[in-house]
Amino acid sequence: MREVDASAIVDAIKKLCMEANYDLEPDMLRAFDRALTTERSAAGRQVLQTLKDNARMAQTKRMPYCQDTGVVVCFVELGQEVHLTGGGLDEAINEGVRQGYTEGYLRASIVRSPFDRVNTGDNTPAVIHVDVVPGATLRFSLMAKGGGCENRSKYKMLTPADGLEGVKGWILECVRTAGPDACPPLIVGVGVGGTFEKAAILSKKALFRELGSPNPDPAIGAIEREVLERANRLGIGPQGYGGDTTAFGVHILAAPCHITSLPVAVTIECHAHRHKEVTL
Amino acid sequence: MIKAAADGIKEVTPPLSDADVASLKAGDRVRISGVLYTARDAAHARLFPLIEQGKPLPIEVRGQIIYYTGPSPARPGAVVGSIGPTTGGRMDKFTPALLELGLKATIGKGARSQAVKDALRRHTAVYFGAIGGAGAVLSQFVKALEVVAYEDLGTEAIRRLEVEGFPAIVVNDCHGGDLYEDGVRAFAREDA
Ligand code: SF4
Repeated sequence: MREVDASAIVDAIKKLCMEANYDLEPDMLRAFDRALTTERSAAGRQVLQTLKDNARMAQTKRMPYCQDTGVVVCFVELGQEVHLTGGGLDEAINEGVRQGYTEGYLRASIVRSPFDRVNTGDNTPAVIHVDVVPGATLRFSLMAKGGGCENRSKYKMLTPADGLEGVKGWILECVRTAGPDACPPLIVGVGVGGTFEKAAILSKKALFRELGSPNPDPAIGAIEREVLERANRLGIGPQGYGGDTTAFGVHILAAPCHITSLPVAVTIECHAHRHKEVTL
Repeated sequence: MIKAAADGIKEVTPPLSDADVASLKAGDRVRISGVLYTARDAAHARLFPLIEQGKPLPIEVRGQIIYYTGPSPARPGAVVGSIGPTTGGRMDKFTPALLELGLKATIGKGARSQAVKDALRRHTAVYFGAIGGAGAVLSQFVKALEVVAYEDLGTEAIRRLEVEGFPAIVVNDCHGGDLYEDGVRAFAREDA
């Protein structure tokens, strides 16, 4: 058994919340650069250049890249040989979020109830998913997930007869209906298979993969490439002003499923793709 | 008031007249200077019943511009934190009533409903787009900020901003023009 104190989790999460919001990952910066060389639309190129400038300014001024600093979605890989001391896991993650958002000048965007809609004031609670894994380490993959794009995420139960073409068509339909509302260029996270909730969780998890790196299964990698190319022929473009850069990436994760089912969940992520990981 | 600058960008200064608004076309780039009022979901939900009951609003909207945004907190010494637009479509339910009171423009991102587009025509008003997610860049154009109503709503309070050269683009004009539709028409490829 390895002991990990809850205070170490609080500190780690606090740091991740701040860094995620101030420092866009290098894969995103590379995506802006690449798109600037391929985008035919002048308005689209201007948007991409502004977003690049925005990333630099956020980093140097330690201010959030986007004012919607998101809901914190935290995936935890908890080694089964870890013994947590000094507090509970959820409690520690939420304390880290609280400190990160209040001390980091990040926006409080969470309401305590979907019905009375009173802001909790510190961006807690986070949405937490825990997997217990072999080993003695704790891994946190954290995302500050924007609301505007999340509101365009969708789910559909296809039938086995709909097949692969059905899956591709549904993903494209989600990109089309997200349109300018979700702040394109988008990153499209897709969960295929499992059950209703499993597909949705996979669609979020898929977003953590480095942008531009395909699914290790070459057959799935080929689907990702095809859907991305087709998404970029829709014409929506950066901010929806028209253009060739509607999405930066399509990331698919698949899971076994029931003989009757073909669940497909699509998480729409915007260019404010703020994610960080740490292992304790 | 609207003036075309040497670089082709239109300089927009509220209050706006019908003639000002009518001169704007979808796709026009603008720089806005002067006063903007911020309001988003929660503030609109409070304004709407006041309008329905014919009561006075905490801000005078005639000729003015509402910016759909909820800024992040300012660091000490800064005017504001990040301040980019939020999705305009969520305010669709409330917008026609505000336009009827003489509001001339809104700034957001994302598509508006047909009802709002019709109201833009009927009341000679315009919907601007600002770049969603460019909140750090956009903060530079905000020179002063003051909460004027609903302070308890935090980021969703109504704020009076003074901006200088705030960049935006005309998404929906009062003649039925729509930048998003034009954009897709120009760039969509047959085999999508
Ligand atoms: S969709 Fe993303 S970039 Fe756009 S406002 Fe929301 S968080 Fe920011």
